[in-house]
Amino acid sequence: MTSELFAAMRQSIVEGDADRAEELAARALGEGMDPLAAIDEGYVPGLRHVGDHFAIGEMFLPEMMLAARAMKRAVAVLEPEMARRASRRRVLGRVVLGTVHGDIHEIGKNLVGMMLSASGFEVHDLGVDVPFERFVEKAREVDADIVGVSALLTTTMVGQRSVVEALRDAGLRPRVKVMVGGAPVTRGWAEEIGADGYSEDAVGAVNLARQLVGA
Amino acid sequence: MRPNLELLDGRLVERVLGEAFELLLDPGVRVQAPEAADLLAAAGAEVRGEVARIPGSVVRAALESAPRAFALHDRSGEPAVRYGAGVVQFDPGSCGVHVLDPETLEHRSSRSADLVRLVQVAEMLPEYAAQSTAVICSDVPAAIGDLYRLFLVLLHSARPVVTGAFTAGGSRAMVELLAADAGGAEALAERPRAVFDVCPSPPLTWSAFGGRNLVDLARARVPVQIVSMPLAGGAAPVTLIGSVVQHAAESLSGIAIHQLARPGSPVVWGGAPAILDMRSGATPMGAVETAMLDVACAQVGRSLGLPTHGYLGATDAKVVDAQAGLETATGAFLGGLGGIDLVSGAGMLDFLLCQSPEKLVVDAEAIGMVQRLLRGIGTPTETLAVAAFAAARPEGRFLELDETRRLFREEQRIPSKVIDRASHQAWLDGGAVDTFGRARGRVEQLLAAYRRPAPAPDVEAALVAIVRREAERAGQGEPAELPGLPADVAVGGG
Ligand code: B12
Repeated sequence: MTSELFAAMRQSIVEGDADRAEELAARALGEGMDPLAAIDEGYVPGLRHVGDHFAIGEMFLPEMMLAARAMKRAVAVLEPEMARRASRRRVLGRVVLGTVHGDIHEIGKNLVGMMLSASGFEVHDLGVDVPFERFVEKAREVDADIVGVSALLTTTMVGQRSVVEALRDAGLRPRVKVMVGGAPVTRGWAEEIGADGYSEDAVGAVNLARQLVGA
Repeated sequence: MRPNLELLDGRLVERVLGEAFELLLDPGVRVQAPEAADLLAAAGAEVRGEVARIPGSVVRAALESAPRAFALHDRSGEPAVRYGAGVVQFDPGSCGVHVLDPETLEHRSSRSADLVRLVQVAEMLPEYAAQSTAVICSDVPAAIGDLYRLFLVLLHSARPVVTGAFTAGGSRAMVELLAADAGGAEALAERPRAVFDVCPSPPLTWSAFGGRNLVDLARARVPVQIVSMPLAGGAAPVTLIGSVVQHAAESLSGIAIHQLARPGSPVVWGGAPAILDMRSGATPMGAVETAMLDVACAQVGRSLGLPTHGYLGATDAKVVDAQAGLETATGAFLGGLGGIDLVSGAGMLDFLLCQSPEKLVVDAEAIGMVQRLLRGIGTPTETLAVAAFAAARPEGRFLELDETRRLFREEQRIPSKVIDRASHQAWLDGGAVDTFGRARGRVEQLLAAYRRPAPAPDVEAALVAIVRREAERAGQGEPAELPGLPADVAVGGG
């Protein structure tokens, strides 16, 4: 029975069927299943399937998006029971993400956030036009492992440096890693401002984040 | 008969506008610029928090006061880009951050010298009706970046300019620069030389940045191009028609704000719509659907009697290769057939990130072909063929006819050497050079032939003074030198 349930959970994620994912989560709880097992053996394999197929170009963004949403809804159902058992879902790391001050481009940043959370990171998205200190405050508040800063304009790119400096001044470096991205951002720029990494796209951002937290 | 492409029938245009008006009321438009929200509220829109619900009457009044046609002028004050006149015109894409290095094919950070090169090449090509502030200058402090680009274009070109500001207050100094160039604010309003691209944020949002620029520019009576960019499937509905509706709603709300700030100020129904690539999330400018969106959006604007603009003739290829050629030509042709007044985008590679002078000269050929197509098949002779046969008889010596000599330049567009029509042997003898190689040669030729159309010395001095002052104000100190400045410009002290 359990293996059937796991298979159904996996399938609900692959199909991006959030209602079904939720329903299966409730059923698992009813059957007394450990919520962590449901996540790790039921839902996560589904997400991995979607992620792998996305990476090779056989699945597409809307499918990725819906899979991530279904995952989120299932986890929300399982969370109270996890809290009761005092078991904490293992996340790969906590990421604070935002588009830098003066810049309102959000699509790339949203994609990166979606891919990170789908891959098992806890993502705190600060939105766009985010003041430098906000990154610091939030990183401290959630005990972040990584701060991700997006910038799409050559004029706002310089703000990425300010975020690195603000984190340093707050004594959070080098423990909190910084990754940067956005169309005009290059590896050279990331190195110049002392960031820990840069990626050109969302899949690369996930790999980079994994690397930065040693996962 | 002029060839003409329409993608929507009349009833569908009505439905698009109907739904766009509906969206303006519900969910309404997010207006984050207080000055724009105040204008809307005073005109009768219901503004709560950030959201403005704009009644149709406010929009219709704006459509009444917006000019049907206007022109951008060249430096001598002659109309050179005519909006709303039924002429399709082209200009290079704006605001690249890289240039394609013709030697190494590297995409490197663009500098002042690159912008100057692009402007000089475009200036030599009659296919471009206007210049644009084509790339940013990474060797200039970012705080004066938008101003500096315009400054260099004004110094090196006599043509109209398509430009834009990077910050909320950014247009102020740029307008001052344009006024100095035109001989005063009044002269600038009467014979504007530049148009500013101002973008709503998809979906249905006027950021503090965009909204403020819209209001400031309307008040200065400097033409604005509202460049709405629904990204179908990402920041807009996935259906092309749904994105056309969003584009209409964003444009209508912009025109309302703009005309409330100053009725009668010139404004263009512009656009840079695109689809969202479902693999990468990129915004392909060379996709056929992107071109279809441009054509359809412009059609809606034209149905309202407004001047139109679109973003085509760009490619997502990384070098000037076959993909670049086919995407550029497809876009240019569809834009041309769609009757868009001004089509921006030439020269651009890599999703509007990378400019290339070599691509500009290749694109000029595509644009020339479009312009030829749009002139259509004429009837310059009394009989269509009978008289020619009478004259050429009996052997059919058409090549020797007076008529042939008189008319061939009209009937045929003579391409530049970028287009290869040599025999195979001649091509081999010439070094078997491909399109890109020929384009490189032509760029060098054009640069060698370029002569700067210099503004009057006092105008030049005024431009330099404004740039120096702004550099200082931005806390950059006085720049030791102004990169990209022509050698013959008096730099003046401080
Ligand atoms: C859509 C768009 C807009 C929309 C944004 C809508 C929205 N809700 O986000 C709007 C209309 C608001 C807009 C406004 C402007 N824009 Co704009 N815009 C674009 C465009 C066409 C696409 C950007 C996009 O969404 N791409 C798709 C996403 C998926 O890609 P991405 O953002 O690059 O993200 C990927 C990677 O970079 C990476 N990544 C991104 N962030 C991060 C973060 C981390 C941590 C990591 C690891 C990776 C990572 O992963 C992402 C996923 O693959 C670009 C052109 C381009 N090629 O980038 C111009 C572009 C960026 N814009 C430009 C300009 C000039 C402007 C304006 C100044 C225009 C104006 N005059 O009004 C304003 C600026 C407003 C402001 N202050 O921010 C220029 C920038 C030039 C420059 N000098 O820097 C560009 C290059 C276009 C051009 N050539 O003119 N724009």
